Amino acid sequence: MSMWKHHAIFEKNSLVLLVGILIVIAIGGLVEIGPLFYLKSTIETVDGVRPYTPLELAGRNIYVREGCYLCHSQMIRSLRDEVERYGHYSLAAESKYDHPFQWGSKRTGPDLARVGGKYSDDWQRGHLNDPRSVVPGSVMPRYGFLAETPLDFAHIQEDMQVLAIEGVPYTPDLIAKAKVDIKAQLSPDDPSVADLVKRYPKAVAHASLGGEAGPTEQDALVAYLQMLGTTVDFKLFDAKANWR
Amino acid sequence: MTIGELLGIVLSFAGAFLALFIASKAYTAAYAFHMFVFALAGFGSAFLIFKHYTNRAAVIPQEINGRPNYQYGPIKFASLAAVFWGIAGFLVGLIVALELAYPDLSMGLQWINFGRLRPLHTSAVIFAFGGNVLLATSLYVVQRTCRTRIAGELAPWFVILGYNLFIVIAGTGYLLGITQSKEYAEPEWYADLWLTIVWVVYLLVFLATLWKRKEPHIYVANWFTLAFILTIAMLHLGNNASIPVSIFSPKSYIVWSGVQDAMFQWWYGHNAVGFFLTAGFLAIMYYFVPKRAERPVYSYRLSIIHFWALVFMYIWAGPHHLHYTALPDWAQTLGMTFSIMLWMPSWGGMINGLLTLAGAWDKLRTDPVLRMLVVSVAFYGMSTFEGPLMSIKVVNSLSHYTDWTIGHVHSGALGWVGFVSFGALYCLIPWVYNRKLYSMKLVNWHFWIATIGIVLYITAMWVSGILQGLMWRAYTSNGFLEYSFIETVEAMHPFYVIRAAGGGLFLIGSLIMAYNFYKTLASPEEAEAPEAKPALAPAE
Repeated sequence: MSMWKHHAIFEKNSLVLLVGILIVIAIGGLVEIGPLFYLKSTIETVDGVRPYTPLELAGRNIYVREGCYLCHSQMIRSLRDEVERYGHYSLAAESKYDHPFQWGSKRTGPDLARVGGKYSDDWQRGHLNDPRSVVPGSVMPRYGFLAETPLDFAHIQEDMQVLAIEGVPYTPDLIAKAKVDIKAQLSPDDPSVADLVKRYPKAVAHASLGGEAGPTEQDALVAYLQMLGTTVDFKLFDAKANWR
Repeated sequence: MTIGELLGIVLSFAGAFLALFIASKAYTAAYAFHMFVFALAGFGSAFLIFKHYTNRAAVIPQEINGRPNYQYGPIKFASLAAVFWGIAGFLVGLIVALELAYPDLSMGLQWINFGRLRPLHTSAVIFAFGGNVLLATSLYVVQRTCRTRIAGELAPWFVILGYNLFIVIAGTGYLLGITQSKEYAEPEWYADLWLTIVWVVYLLVFLATLWKRKEPHIYVANWFTLAFILTIAMLHLGNNASIPVSIFSPKSYIVWSGVQDAMFQWWYGHNAVGFFLTAGFLAIMYYFVPKRAERPVYSYRLSIIHFWALVFMYIWAGPHHLHYTALPDWAQTLGMTFSIMLWMPSWGGMINGLLTLAGAWDKLRTDPVLRMLVVSVAFYGMSTFEGPLMSIKVVNSLSHYTDWTIGHVHSGALGWVGFVSFGALYCLIPWVYNRKLYSMKLVNWHFWIATIGIVLYITAMWVSGILQGLMWRAYTSNGFLEYSFIETVEAMHPFYVIRAAGGGLFLIGSLIMAYNFYKTLASPEEAEAPEAKPALAPAE
């Protein structure tokens, strides 16, 4: 059959084969990824999503470092049981400032997209130190070392600068006040908290357990966990207008 | 001294001093340690190149007595590295499996908590074990099917050693908490940059070897290898686009965010399966199965269809990892559609591999190595049937986030990738070392112990996955959710124990293989090189 003869051109010319492969492998990605950057409907219109406070960002980096996403998703699917168990299904808008995204792919532990405010700070700390002390039967490792490790935020402003380049609305003012804001968010009774909340709406201050040694990694991680899913007011969310 | 050798020494020193400079100002101790490793590698490389220069013949002959003077050195290194990393990766897999069954096993030590060990396991088996198998087999196959010595003297060595340096950096990084937490793309920016350099050289070595081929046609295995190299390069660059916080910091931030990052991730993630774990290993199937069975590939035309259809369709399948998420529905539907269509080329390839045995089925009784290769293709068929099934949205609503996914991955990884790799190594190591395999009986033991391990593993995960999925969505007659989350976790315990037992058997099998290779290499060299002439189906 003659049709098959034409394939010889690929078999006899490595560069023709190379170009052929490149074209064929490029199509799927271009069609599936490209439109996500220009279709306006990709990210819903919703109020309240804000960049992480410097302390929450530092906490998120610990979440990333420890590979929490391997057991905890941050993506509530639009299924009845998930919405009842975890809350409103997740919106794309809620992770628009997440570099990288932490939707996860496995739930060895529960979803954390809306865990913020569900438990007290004390519960979160006790759970991180020894998960089985508050949840018998849990298979989570103990993260007690976080309470003993001082938080390294010497370079947090550089982190924010990079994120600003990538599109997170960290203004020069926010970046300049980063270290002040970290201290404010760990001093619940301090008047500086009001300024923090002005810069980062709905930010909540948490008492640090670090004492003289300064904030710990656990302080930052708890601040991050306690804000997850708390910024969007779903009473104001118009699901029909955001139909995709 | 050739220009290449001189350049190699200069670049090695330059790289080593750059690494030392970065180490001196590193933000974290872990990063400084990595820069010391790079510096050590640079000095070591300069020394090795100089040693190569002083020891080599003035001119390295391309042919000896009319036969190509094949370069097996880098292949020997990569195949032994594959055995080493395989055992390490299976062992870490067993440890993480046990940690899920007995969580206090890690004693709360940060370096060995599940979150840090799990990427070590996946990277060790996929990239360290699988990657070294692919490097070894692809550089062997391209030489044999082109009937020419590999292009370059230092370059192939750079590819193999550079790749293994990447593995060391990535793996130690996970333990020290250096990760960008993108599944299967965890290494940070500097490791990614290093891998990019290694990969470009790999592509050039491969292409340049094709260019000096003595055969008019490029053999089908090499098409798959070329597609594997090119696609992995594209995926790696797309998914890892990031800006480092500083050249002195190991931390970087991915350029993409949220939903776009999710799409990039699974475009990468699924095609790491499609091109690293499938296309690359199909190249092994297309060379080693015909070779071992001493039959030509069943159908040349089917291999053409198989190749182009597989390469085109796989790329689209990524969104099936994001069903019912905040990814727009149109993308989910596209991903599901192509995933189901993908069943066809996958099974086309399986049929092509299995029917290659037409007229040689009796060899399955006598040759356990061939049996391993053939069973791997059967597992390939099984997991590529299960995959499209799980990509259907309604099935996925049950299976996603559960152990069913883990079971599916392992039927492919242990059954297909593992067995085809073992089969290829059982062929390759005796061939390149010019020795007779020590014991076929031990191969038989390896085969059966590992098979029982796989069956235990995947059945345990099927049951636990479906059980947990059903428990999550179970309602009482009053309309309340029936189970709390922790009840579904507690229900998993027996299956986690069985899974660990299965993984343990698989590890024991690989130790038997390592012993077999040790005895093989300890035996004297054979007088006559076993001629590994490929059974090519001539192109019409």
